[in-house]
Amino acid sequence: MTTTTATARPGARAAGTGTPGAARGGRRPGRLRRIGLPYLLLLPALLLELLVHLVPMVIGIVMSFKELTQFYIRDWGTAPWTGLDNYRVSVDFDAPVGEALLHSFLVTCVFTVLSVGLCWLIGTAAAVCMQDAFRGRGVLRALFLVPYALPVYAAVITWAFMFQHDNGLVNHVLHDQLGLTDKPSFWLIGDNSFIALLVVSVWKGWPFAFLIVMAGLQNIPRELYEAAALDGAGTWQQIRRITLPSLRPVNQVLVLVLFLWTFNDFNTPYVLFGKAAPEAADLISIHIYQSSFVTWNFGTGSAMSVLLLLFLLLVTGVYLFLTSRGRKTADV
Amino acid sequence: MSSTLPAERPPLTRPKAPARSPMAAPRSFLWTRRVFLTLLTGFVLLPVYVMVSSSLKPLQDVSGEFRWLPSGLTIRPYIDIWSTVPLADYFVNSLIVAGAATVCSVVIAVFAAYAVSRYDFRGKRVFSVTVLSTQMFPGILFLLPLFLIYVNIGNATGIALFGSRGGLILTYLTFSLPFSIWMLIGYFDSVPRDLDEAAMVDGCGPLRALISVVVPAAVPGIVAVAVYAFMTAWGEVLFASVMTNETTRTLAVGLQGYSTQNDVYWNQIMAASLVVSVPVVAGFLLLQRYLVAGLTAGAVK
Repeated sequence: MTTTTATARPGARAAGTGTPGAARGGRRPGRLRRIGLPYLLLLPALLLELLVHLVPMVIGIVMSFKELTQFYIRDWGTAPWTGLDNYRVSVDFDAPVGEALLHSFLVTCVFTVLSVGLCWLIGTAAAVCMQDAFRGRGVLRALFLVPYALPVYAAVITWAFMFQHDNGLVNHVLHDQLGLTDKPSFWLIGDNSFIALLVVSVWKGWPFAFLIVMAGLQNIPRELYEAAALDGAGTWQQIRRITLPSLRPVNQVLVLVLFLWTFNDFNTPYVLFGKAAPEAADLISIHIYQSSFVTWNFGTGSAMSVLLLLFLLLVTGVYLFLTSRGRKTADV
Repeated sequence: MSSTLPAERPPLTRPKAPARSPMAAPRSFLWTRRVFLTLLTGFVLLPVYVMVSSSLKPLQDVSGEFRWLPSGLTIRPYIDIWSTVPLADYFVNSLIVAGAATVCSVVIAVFAAYAVSRYDFRGKRVFSVTVLSTQMFPGILFLLPLFLIYVNIGNATGIALFGSRGGLILTYLTFSLPFSIWMLIGYFDSVPRDLDEAAMVDGCGPLRALISVVVPAAVPGIVAVAVYAFMTAWGEVLFASVMTNETTRTLAVGLQGYSTQNDVYWNQIMAASLVVSVPVVAGFLLLQRYLVAGLTAGAVK
C-alpha cells in the first residue's frame, strides 16, 4: 500500500520544487538589473527577524556568561563575566536551583508528550470522522475551531473559573452532583494542577491538529479510495490503509510544531495559575520567567534559556533525521 | 487562464474533501463517529457555555456554589466591565497593535514569499531554514534581551520602543512572519508562473506583476495569513505583560485587572472575555474556509 501512496506524492511535490528551475529558464529581458531584487524583497523580513529574533538570541547567549543582576540592568555591558558559573548553577542538581530546574524540565517533558499525543489523536480522529459529508458538518467544523480562535487569555480564564474550589463547575459536577470525591478538590494548586493544565492545553490545542489534518486530507486523491473500494476495502480498512499512511508527511510537520509550541508554552500556565505556578505544573517557560523576573537574575535565566534551546535543537534534529529517513525509504 | 491551473490547486471557495468511500459506511463506523463527535462537542462547548451563562448572572450566582442556570438574567456585567477597569482603552490598544502588526506582517511576508517562490538566488535555502527555525526559539530566551535592546535603543535614540505600542507591533509582526512566509511560498508556488510572465511580457515590472497578478490570485492564502497574524497578536500574553505600561496595556494583560481586586468579579470577567473574543472568533469563523484552503495549498504539501 505504501507504493500506492508514494506514487501520489511526487506529483504533488514536483509543482513546488520545480519552480526555482523554471525561474532560471524564464526568458526575461534585463535580468542583470533584477539580480538584486529578490534580496530587496527579503530585506524587511530579514531585518525584522534579525532585530527581534537573531540578535536577541546572540545577546541572550552572551548574557548567559555574565553575572547580570538588577544592579547591572541599566547598563548590562558592565556586568562582570562569570564564565560558566550560570550554567554550573543551572545544572547542579543537588542544589536548590538546579534541582528545581530539573523538576520543571521533567514536568514539561511529561506534559508535552501527553498533550501533543492527545491533541494529535483527537484532532486526527475528528478530521477523519468528518471526511465525508453529513448533515451539520459545516456547523460542527466551525464549532470545533472555536477553542483555537478564542484568545488564549479569554479561554484560559474561563477554565480557571471552572476549576475554582468553591464556585467552579468542575467541583460542582464531580463532588456535588456525582459524588465522586469526598470533598471538593483544589485544581489550581497541588498535584491536581497538572491535570487541570493538561485538560486546558488539550482543549486549546487539538483544533490546530484538526485544522492541519483536515487540510492534509484534501490532498489525498479520490482515486485511491475508489480503487480500494473496488478491491473490497471497507471504511475502516480505507482509513487504516489509505488515510493514515497518506497523512505521514503532514504529521511529520504537525507533531514537530505541536511539540515546540507545547514545550515552550507560557500563556496557558501563566493565565491559569498566575505568576507562581504550582510545583506539579511548573512548566519550563514559567520557571525561567520566574527565575529571571522575580529574582532579577537575568544571567541564570539566560543560561537556562540557552540550555532549553539546545535541548529543543537536539530533539528537532534527531526527530527530523529519524522521520525523514523513514520517509525516504517509504517514498523512493 | 483557469485551464492552466495545476491540478492540486484547491477550489478557492468551498474546499470539498474527497469522499472516502463510494459505498455506504458500516454501522460500526457511523456509531463510533456519532458518539465521538457528540462527546467532543460537549468538551468544546462546556467552557463556551460557562462563559456565556456566567456573563449574564448576578454576582452572588458566581460567588457561591456553581449554578448551571442563572437565578436571574442580568446585563449588568456588560455595563460594569467598562468601569471596573479601563477596558475600552485596552481594547483600542489591542486593536491598534494587532491591526498594525497584521498589515505589516502580511505585506512583508508577501514580498519575501514572492522572492523565494519566483527567484533563484544565493542564500535562499539559508533564509528559509533560518526563518522557520525561529519557531523553535523559546519566547523566554529572547524576551530578556529584547527587553534590554528596546530599553537601550530608547536611551540611545529617544525612540521609545519599550512600553510603547510601536515596540509591541514590531515584536508581534515577527511572531507571525515565519509561518506567513512559509505558507505564502507554498501558495505562490501554486499560482501558475505563466500568469506573471504574461504580465511581464506585457511590460509590467516584477513588482507590478506581483501586485496586479499574483496577489489577486493568492487572496485565500493572504487572507489566511492575515487571520493568523491578527490572532497571534491579539492573544499574546508574555511580551504584553512585560513590554506594556499603564497607557499601552493590551487586553491580554488588562483582563487580569478584574481578579486583582478584593472581590473577584467572575461575571464581569466572563463578560469581558466574551467581548474581547467576539471580534477574533467572528472574523475567524467567517474566514476559516480560506484558512483551510490556504493551508491545503501552502503549508500542507
